[in-house]
Formats: sequence, structure tokens, C-alpha cells
Amino acid sequence: MREATEQIIERLVADAQPVRRLRPPTLRAALWLIAVAAIAAGAILLFSDLGVMADRLRDPKLQVEMVATLLTGIAAVVASFHLSLPDRSPAWALLPLPFLAVWIASSGYSCWQHWISFGPDGFELGESAHCLRFMLAISIPLGVSLLLLLRRAAPLTPVGVAAVGGLGVGGIAAFVLQFFHPFDVTFMDLAVHLGVVAVIVAVASLIERASQRRAA
Amino acid sequence: MVTPGAADFVEMPLTTSNETESDGEWRRLMAAAQAGDRAAYERLLRDILPFIRAIVARQHRTQDRVEDAVQDVLLTLHRVRHTYDPSRPFTHWLATLARRRSIDLLRRKSRLAAVETADQTAYETFADPGANSEQERRDWSGALSGALAALPERQRQAVELTKLRELSLAEASAASGMSIGALKTNVHRAIKAMRKRLTGVRE
Repeated sequence: MREATEQIIERLVADAQPVRRLRPPTLRAALWLIAVAAIAAGAILLFSDLGVMADRLRDPKLQVEMVATLLTGIAAVVASFHLSLPDRSPAWALLPLPFLAVWIASSGYSCWQHWISFGPDGFELGESAHCLRFMLAISIPLGVSLLLLLRRAAPLTPVGVAAVGGLGVGGIAAFVLQFFHPFDVTFMDLAVHLGVVAVIVAVASLIERASQRRAA
Repeated sequence: MVTPGAADFVEMPLTTSNETESDGEWRRLMAAAQAGDRAAYERLLRDILPFIRAIVARQHRTQDRVEDAVQDVLLTLHRVRHTYDPSRPFTHWLATLARRRSIDLLRRKSRLAAVETADQTAYETFADPGANSEQERRDWSGALSGALAALPERQRQAVELTKLRELSLAEASAASGMSIGALKTNVHRAIKAMRKRLTGVRE
């Protein structure tokens, strides 16, 4: 057995091409976020109705909710880049959770208000179906590009990394969605938004798990 | 080991003063290896072997398994060597990597163990029927001599002479004093009785 280990060392040494070190994870996360922000800003300026948005943003609840959504996305993306390295603390996965809690609480609160004013009608899918398609359409390109970057680091716990990355993508998609969503969040919307985030997280994890199985 | 950047580490690897000293050296070697320095890489890999063995020996008990895990860690290290940042402790990077791979390997082994049957318990059911005959012969020899002993004296003698000692009918007749016809009848009855007894045993 030890001879086999010797042979492996010799093989690895023979194969030791120079490698390009990964840049620091926070920097890599920032570069990805900047690229996404540029594209999202372009789309928002071109296609959304900023007048309506400015009106809606007078509501402090919406301000809180949007900031929390965005921070959830950013924190989760930064955390996933850290987690993709072998020697970073798993505690990075906790970073987005406080923001996620505020996001759920604030949009939950406005749903509850709608529940009061609309009654059970808020439960109809209606416009939410549009949100669902929208969020998925944004999430797929974001998610694919993020997973490819994360896999550059060859993470040792790929499923967890993909799950946190998925949360980041979901948060960003939900934030961008607000600009194309000219009404407050109903109960159904909240369920759909968080549901889609959960689906994104699950799909990202499953993709990773499947590719791990293949590799093993 | 303790650097400002290490503040966010939750788990610390095995740390002895010896490793603290080697960390600086290992960092330097790893950085050189990343730049393509084969001599530095070789020295590093040989240097860290005992460290890796010590970590994986916590999960794997037998020498073979430990060595399997060590090899797996080496291959992983090679594959992810671009993720090491020389401004951070090497020992921690390596220890996390080794522990992680070692646990993964353990899980893989127990997954296999859950669906595979150990060889010792499967000896009677080889796919090739011929492979079972050795074991069957051992199982059957006791039953066969029992069945033989249970036969009436003349039948047993007839089987012994004609079948076990392989005498001709004439020789067997001379040795036993039975006529050839009596021998044939006794052998026939004996085999019938033994077959009945052994088939009964089998079912």
C-alpha cells in the first residue's frame, strides 16, 4: 500500500504544472455581483416603470423589505464563495440568515395587512404566476454562472455551497422582480417568492449532488 | 498557526508546536509548488504524509483503509491546489481537506457495506454451481456415511465391495460369499434406501 502511495506522489509531482491561484473569495463575489448589477440595472432602466417604483418606495415597509431581500442575496453570494474554499469556516453559511429573517418578516407583515383588506382573495395565484416565470427566467442564467464560478474552487461540501449560492440567486431575483411588480406582496406572492427561492436552492443542490455521484 | 486571518476558523487542526514550526515551511513549499516547482512539491508531499496519516487514522482503522484515504487526500490536494492562499495557514487548509475526504471515504465504504454481502456468508451460493461442490461434498459426507451405516449388514457389505472398493461382481461374490444375483439385488436395494434417506434429510 505504501508503495502505491509513493507511486501516486511521483505521478502528482510529474504532473505539477503551475496553477493560477484563485483570487480572494470576497473579490470574486464582488466581481460577479457587479456584473449582475450592471445587467440588472440595464434591464430595469429599459423595461420597468421607475415612476411607479418611486411611488411605491415611499412606503418604509417596502424599503425595509427590498433592502433585506438584496442583502440576503448579496450575503449568500459572498458566503458561497467563501464556503467553496476548503479552509473557510462553515459558519459563513449563517451570514445571510439575519437578512433572510427580516425579508420574511417584512413581506410577511405586508401580506398580513393585505389579508385584512382582501380577505382570502389574496390566496389566488393570478399575478403570482407571472412572478414565478420571471424569477425562474432570471435565476437560471444567474445560477448557472454562479455555480460554474463556485466549482472553480472544487468545493469539498458542494451541496451546501450550492444551496447557499442558490439562496443568493433567489434573493437577487426577488429583488429585481420588485421593479417589475407594480403592487404590494400578497400572501400568495410571498409564498411564491419564497417557494421559488426554495426551488432554486433545491435545484442547485441536486445538480451538485448528481455531479458528485458521477464523479465518485 | 494563529494569524489575524485565522480568526474565523471554527475547528483547529491537531496543533503541536512541531506543526506550528513546519507550517511556515509548508506554506513556502506549497506556494512554490503552485508556481510549478516540482522539487518543492515533492518535498512537501513527502513531508506531510505522516500528518495526513494521523488525521485519517481517526476514521479508518486498518492499514489498508488508512493508506486508501491518504492516497485520496493526496489526489484531492493535487486537484484543488489552486485554492490554497499562501497568506493563510497551510496546516489548517490541509487538515480540513484531509478530514473531509477521509469522512467522505468512510461514508462511501459504509454505503457499499450496506448493499454488499460479505464473502464468508455467501460461500454456498456461488454463481457457478461447480464452485459449490467442494462445500457440498463436505456437508454431504457425514450424511452419506450415516446412511451407509444404517443399512442392513448384507446391503452395506454389497455397496462397500462393489461401489467403494470397486471390485467386480465376481470378486465381490468370492469375497462375500453372496451370489452375483444377490449382490445386484442388495446394491439396488441399498441405493434405493440411501436415496430415500438422503433425500429425506435434504428436504
